[in-house]
Amino acid sequence: MSTASGDLRSTRRTWWGRQPIGSLFALPYLVFVVTIFAYPLGFAVWIAFHDYFFTAPGVDVPKPFVGLDNFAAVLTDPQVLESFRNIGVFLVINVPLTVVLSLVLATALDGGIRWAAGYRIAFYVPYLTASVSLVGVWMLLFSSGGLVNEVLGPLAPNPSWLVNSSLAMPSIALFVTWKQLGFYILLYLAALQSVPRELHESAETDGANAWQRFRNVTVPGVRGTTVLVLVLAIITGANLFTEPYLLTNGGGPDGASVTPVLLIYQRGIQQQNPDTAAAIGMLLVIVVGVLSLAANRINRER
Amino acid sequence: MRRQRGTWLRYLLLTLAAAVFAFPFYFMVVGAFQESPTNTPDRLLPTSGWTLGNFGAIDSRIDLLGSLGNSLIFTAGVLLGTVTFGLLAGYAMARLDFRGRGATWVLMLLVQMVPFQLLMIPLYVQITRGFGLGDTYLGMILPFAINTTAVFIFTQFFRALPQEMFEAARIDGASELRIVFSIAVPLVKPALTTVVLVTFIGPWNEFLWPFLITKDATLQPLAVSLANYISNVAQSTANPNGAILAGATTLAFPVVILFCLFQRYFTASNIGSAVKG
Repeated sequence: MSTASGDLRSTRRTWWGRQPIGSLFALPYLVFVVTIFAYPLGFAVWIAFHDYFFTAPGVDVPKPFVGLDNFAAVLTDPQVLESFRNIGVFLVINVPLTVVLSLVLATALDGGIRWAAGYRIAFYVPYLTASVSLVGVWMLLFSSGGLVNEVLGPLAPNPSWLVNSSLAMPSIALFVTWKQLGFYILLYLAALQSVPRELHESAETDGANAWQRFRNVTVPGVRGTTVLVLVLAIITGANLFTEPYLLTNGGGPDGASVTPVLLIYQRGIQQQNPDTAAAIGMLLVIVVGVLSLAANRINRER
Repeated sequence: MRRQRGTWLRYLLLTLAAAVFAFPFYFMVVGAFQESPTNTPDRLLPTSGWTLGNFGAIDSRIDLLGSLGNSLIFTAGVLLGTVTFGLLAGYAMARLDFRGRGATWVLMLLVQMVPFQLLMIPLYVQITRGFGLGDTYLGMILPFAINTTAVFIFTQFFRALPQEMFEAARIDGASELRIVFSIAVPLVKPALTTVVLVTFIGPWNEFLWPFLITKDATLQPLAVSLANYISNVAQSTANPNGAILAGATTLAFPVVILFCLFQRYFTASNIGSAVKG
């Protein structure tokens, strides 16, 4: 890192560097990373390939290597497959809504709008607020006799949103879109600052209307951010736990909104099968990785 | 003429969206102070039926103040770890030349990529069984003890300081620790504010980890005890809606107030790196 080289010149450089005390300063952080990230990461992989189970403290029972058995068990489990399908449903609804709405609202917010701070606060506050609080509010709004159904009157779905097996996952997708949107608006707002004004101006002199300018100047100008938004939305979607746990009462109705992370909790901790839970976790990470790479690829090809 | 119509459309769009975004908050706060929170649109602007009873109702089931206290201890622990050790690490990364700096930088980037969900099971095993820290504040705090985003923010701010200052202090014989606390820290106060805000929302809103690690209700932060109330107690209560909204308001308020007070410290770049990828 050359940025700091100037002030490093004053002292003599040894094998430990010019200011070896730096190692000491960074040590607590390094210890933290090793115990909280590196070691558990390796441990997770180890558990997934072994017949791992909880034992009473102090008891040492061999935990044999079982190869891909845990993965085979997980991949043939209909509930696990359903949880990944549910994530698919979630992403199909959440990702397009998120990208379109956040870009449109950021564009509307950009450039000399009155009360911009007020709008920003309104959009941003759901993102900052605890999921548990907001889930509590949405539960009431979307319950059978709740405000939303009262407003919809005869159009209200039956069974109601959160207890309807074809609407439970879409409801969660809507909730998460609403909760996270402010953050993505902020990302797009920052990106819009770097789209050159001259491009807009020259497009305008060429007779492009607002829609054409949005389509041909703004959208390509923020493409890098769109990839970031896609990847972050995919990661958020894959990590759903609080919403299915509380909003649809444990992945209900009848498993229609169960998610991989909810299954990791149920299998690993409630039913004490950490080995299959770890295997689900690894599968989830692989799926997220592949989807993120795909999002990146789509962007590059266009 | 067409320009003006466009502007109107823009305000209309933003106002509609803002209303959709803000409405659940309105519903939450008003409902928290209503004897029976409404489910019909014609009573959305209540003129009567105000009460503080909902807070008493939820307090009688989940010990509101105790839970708030637990949230505060959990959050304060994370803040303390992040501000002391994160600041030292950030200073070292930005200003000191030492063996292992490059490796530390790579680790910081890698940490951002590890999903917590993968670590959930091994961390649970390690912290409850390995360290025996189940049902303790320390066990709750440990996985969040040093926020890597904060280390990044500190590093950025320390890098931006003029290097002559550090040179001069070193020539004057000041120790590195002294340079950190009497020269560097006073100059990066905005960074401290940003770090405190960004770090605060994490543990304050966190549900999954404290939920896993605390069985003892007297140790649970508010997010966990409110969730327990919603999923278990509410069904057996006659009129739980007001109590749920009172609990939700209590949990939401500290963060909303902090945000409104320090709005300008929340910038896209800071928050952007706050999200783990």
